[in-house]
This record gives sequence, structure tokens and C-alpha cells, in this order.
Amino acid sequence: MSDLSDLYQSVILDHNKRPRNRGKLPTANRYATGDNPTCGDNCTVYLHTTPDGRIDAISFEGSGCAISQASASLMTTQLKGKNLEEAEKAYEEFARIVKTGEEPEEFTELAAFAGVHAYPARIKCATLSWHAAIDALKQPEGQP
Amino acid sequence: MSAAPAPVLPVLQLPPRVDLQGWRDVRADFPVLHQHVGSKPLVYLDNAATTHKPRTVIDVLSRFYEADNSNVHRGLHALSMRATDGYEAARARAARFINAAAPEEVVFTRGTTESINLVAQSWGPANLKAGDVILLTEMEHHSNLVPWQLLAQRTGATLRYVPVAGENAEHGLDLDSLDKLLTPEVKIFAFTHISNTLGVINPVADLCARAKKVGAITVVDAAQSSGHEPLDVQKIDCDFLAFSGHKMAGPTGIGILYGRRALLDAMPPWQGGGGMISQVEFFQSKWKPSPERFEAGTPNVADAIGLHAAMDYLDLLGRDKIAAHDDGLAEKAYAALSELPGIRILGPKGKRGGLVSFALQDAHAHDVVTFADQDGVALRGGHHCNQPLMKKLGLPSTVRASFYVYNTPEDIDVLVASMRRILKFFS
Repeated sequence: MSDLSDLYQSVILDHNKRPRNRGKLPTANRYATGDNPTCGDNCTVYLHTTPDGRIDAISFEGSGCAISQASASLMTTQLKGKNLEEAEKAYEEFARIVKTGEEPEEFTELAAFAGVHAYPARIKCATLSWHAAIDALKQPEGQP
Repeated sequence: MSAAPAPVLPVLQLPPRVDLQGWRDVRADFPVLHQHVGSKPLVYLDNAATTHKPRTVIDVLSRFYEADNSNVHRGLHALSMRATDGYEAARARAARFINAAAPEEVVFTRGTTESINLVAQSWGPANLKAGDVILLTEMEHHSNLVPWQLLAQRTGATLRYVPVAGENAEHGLDLDSLDKLLTPEVKIFAFTHISNTLGVINPVADLCARAKKVGAITVVDAAQSSGHEPLDVQKIDCDFLAFSGHKMAGPTGIGILYGRRALLDAMPPWQGGGGMISQVEFFQSKWKPSPERFEAGTPNVADAIGLHAAMDYLDLLGRDKIAAHDDGLAEKAYAALSELPGIRILGPKGKRGGLVSFALQDAHAHDVVTFADQDGVALRGGHHCNQPLMKKLGLPSTVRASFYVYNTPEDIDVLVASMRRILKFFS
């Protein structure tokens, strides 16, 4: 069994304690909610997108474990400025890291999530907010 | 020619245990406990989800498949007769276990969930109409909530809930409100005996007596009590009572629905197939009386016989002693955990069933369970199939430690030490 410090790296603990972009986004024009029915965790992602479909503001709300909260916080910092295609590519990279434990192609804070792969039950915690963000990008425009 | 086959009925060969010293010997009866998780000895505190099985239950299951395996009823050959005898002996044993008036009041099901669905789907549509009320409590497990939602949607009946009282539900059910809620429109009142999240022990006999006054029938969810304390359906005076084998040292996939005979005999079948009919024609059929009417298809013979062995095992230990042991551990755990900073413990401060669920201010339940697992401690974290209750209490999830016959006071020491380590990590 791998050491817990591999799972709970300082980057994750920091994002859990001081989440970035947490709370409702007053200017949001798109949003989506994801649920993890096995544990009751939930995450709503709010976006404001430009007319050409780029995220220029993003926030999240919800409750969950340290892994899910830190992942949501980090996700908001990673997806800002991206359009749907780029966001999906970023998610694929993140999913590869949490599922295989491999390092990211370029070094980013995402590397902190490589430890999750040793805990298959927790992969869903890490990906919940990313799914909600991609889902939000696909929603028609509307106020939350 | 080989030796004569072993008799199908479970025969226990365990020394009787009567004193508290004996609780430590109980651990030897459960093979699964003797393992390490990583480098730490297993401390299993997830008994409200499922309990482990003593050697005697495992042996009875093996022996059935090795010596007696056959389909039941209609069988005229030796193995089928032995399997039938074993299956019906298990039914009679279950009737004695809960002091039912007759074995015919015991229906075998897959578990508590299926037992409750049986009542909801068979008794329900035959007896409920629009305007009737189904009374539940806010502390019901989803298995005693969703079947009634489905029934309400199907019949036009409405749901009503007895609230829980106290910010941590420490006062249990708000019984003062019951008179207002238990009106003549209430046709059925379904409630849990012991809450799987709060540890609250409900006054089931009193609730049944009050329901009876307005003519409501009663359904008791005994999933969390059947393996922990003596049950007497005649004393409780309920109309239906449901429980699962796997939460009481028995196999998975087998459970019991107790029903008053007059009610069961008046209920239509809920599933059709072999075993439940007396006569079948191309366009109509006649049903067998209960309990066979409700057991369509090949029943779970092996696990019924395994459940028989489990009931024998529990009565060998003594269910009154088990209750004192498990509830005592829960009270000790409550006291020890309450010294932790930022902890919120649900349910009553005093007398409680054998479980404690709690939330730590600084660590989410899933992180706690992952950490505890590293210390060999098996806990459960989540909503415990009580989503509406958790929402009311303002908690997304809790950590639950639940105790059984093989747990010891030292297990609680390991639990609390693990919690302190977690708090230090997240502080």
C-alpha cells in the first residue's frame, strides 16, 4: 500500500484548505452540477464564457473530501481561458494522471494528483468537478 | 459405498460461553478477522453494513453444497427431501428466533430491502387509495423510504414523516408530534427499530400500539436489531417485520419478512413463477397460501440453512448479552470520541444501539475512512443511505463505527488513536 503522503500531497492540502475560485459566480452564463451518488459529494461549476466559447471566469461550489475540493480548486485555475476542445484535452491529461499515476507532459500542479491512482475508489472524487466543468461548457447559456 | 451423508440440519459444536471473558474467545470463531491490512491487524468496525460469519455458518454452507445440494419441494429423491427439510427447518428456526406464532408467518426474501418491497408492492396497491397516508420517520434508511415513495406514486397516497428532534438528532423521534401525525388517514406506519446512522433505539412496541389505535398496520425495519438483541414479534405486536441475514452473522442474499398470518393470507402474489402456485391453466392460476405464495422460483436454500446456523450461534452467545456487549462498546466509543476537538456525534448521548456516527470539522468523512484504512481500521463514510436525514442535519456525510460480538475495547483505542492522527494531519 502506498504512503498516504503520496495521496495527500502538500499541493492538495493547500488547495483543500484555501480553495481558489470557490463560491457562486454572479456573472455566470453557464453552469452544471455533478454528483457522486456513492458518497453524496456534489460540485457545481459556474462559468462565464466569451461569445467565441472561451472560459473567462470560473468558480465552483459544493462539498466533498480533500481530494475532490482540491481537484475542483485546481481545475478552475487550469481551465480558465480554454474553450471546450481545449478543456476536454486538459481533462484527458488529468484523467490519465489520476488513473495511471504518470507524470503530466509539462510540469504543473496537476502532478500532485498522480498519487490518486493507487486509490481506485478515490478517482471519482478527483474527476467530479472536471466532469461538471465540461458539462457546463456544453450547456446552453442560462443564469443559474 | 461411502459413509452415510451428514445430516442437513446445522449442528453446533461450540462450547457455551457465558461470561464476559468469553467475548475474546469469540474472535477465534471468525476466520476473516485474523488478517492484516497492509502492515496493521484488521480492526473491523463496519458491522452495520455487514457482519462477518463464524466458522459454523461457513461450514454449514459448504456442507450443504457438498452433501445435500438439491432443489426444494416436489422432490421425491433423497437429496431433495434433505434440502427441503433443511430449508423448512430454517423457516421454523426463524419463527422461533422472533417468537412468531407459526412458521407460516415467515417468508424468505433476499434481505430487508426485498422484504419491505414485498409489503409495499403486494399489500400496498390492494389496500391503499388516493387520500390515504403512509407514515414514515425521518431516520429511515432508503430501503424503508423509496419503496413507499413508489407506492405513493402508484396509488395516490401521500407520505408523512415523524421528525427527529435535536440538532444532532440526539432526542430521537419527536414522539410528541406523533399524535398529530397519526391520524385515521394513516393506513400504514413503517419505521426502523435501530437507526443505522443515529444509533437511536426506537420504542417499537409503543409505536405499534399507537398505530393500532388508528387502525394503521405497522412495518418494523429490524435490519440493525435482529443480530444484536432479542426480538419478539408478539410482544412488539407489529404486523410486519423485516431483517437481513448478513447483518447478523449469516450469509448475504437471505432475509426474512415476518407477517401476521391473516394479513399474508389476504395479500396477492407479488412475483409469479414456480413454487407459488397450486394450479396453473393457460389463462389463470391459483395461488398457494403464504408463505409459499411469496416465494416464486427456486429459493435461496443454502443461505436459509446458513442463516439457521447463524441464529443458533447468536442464541448460543445469548442475544441479551450481545446487546449489552455491542451497546456498551458504542457508549464507550461515544465517550472516547467526544474528547476529540471539533467532533460532532449524531444520536443519543446515553443508551444507544451498537454504532456511532460522527463528523470531524477539519476532515471530510472520505479522507477519514482512507486514513483509518491505513491503520487497519475498517469504517464507513458517506450518507449511509440516509440522504434526507443528513441533509436535514446539514451534513454531507459522516464516519460510522459499528460494533459486533468480536469487537473489543482495544478496538476503540485503535479507532481513537487513528482519529487523532488524522486530525493532526489536517490541522
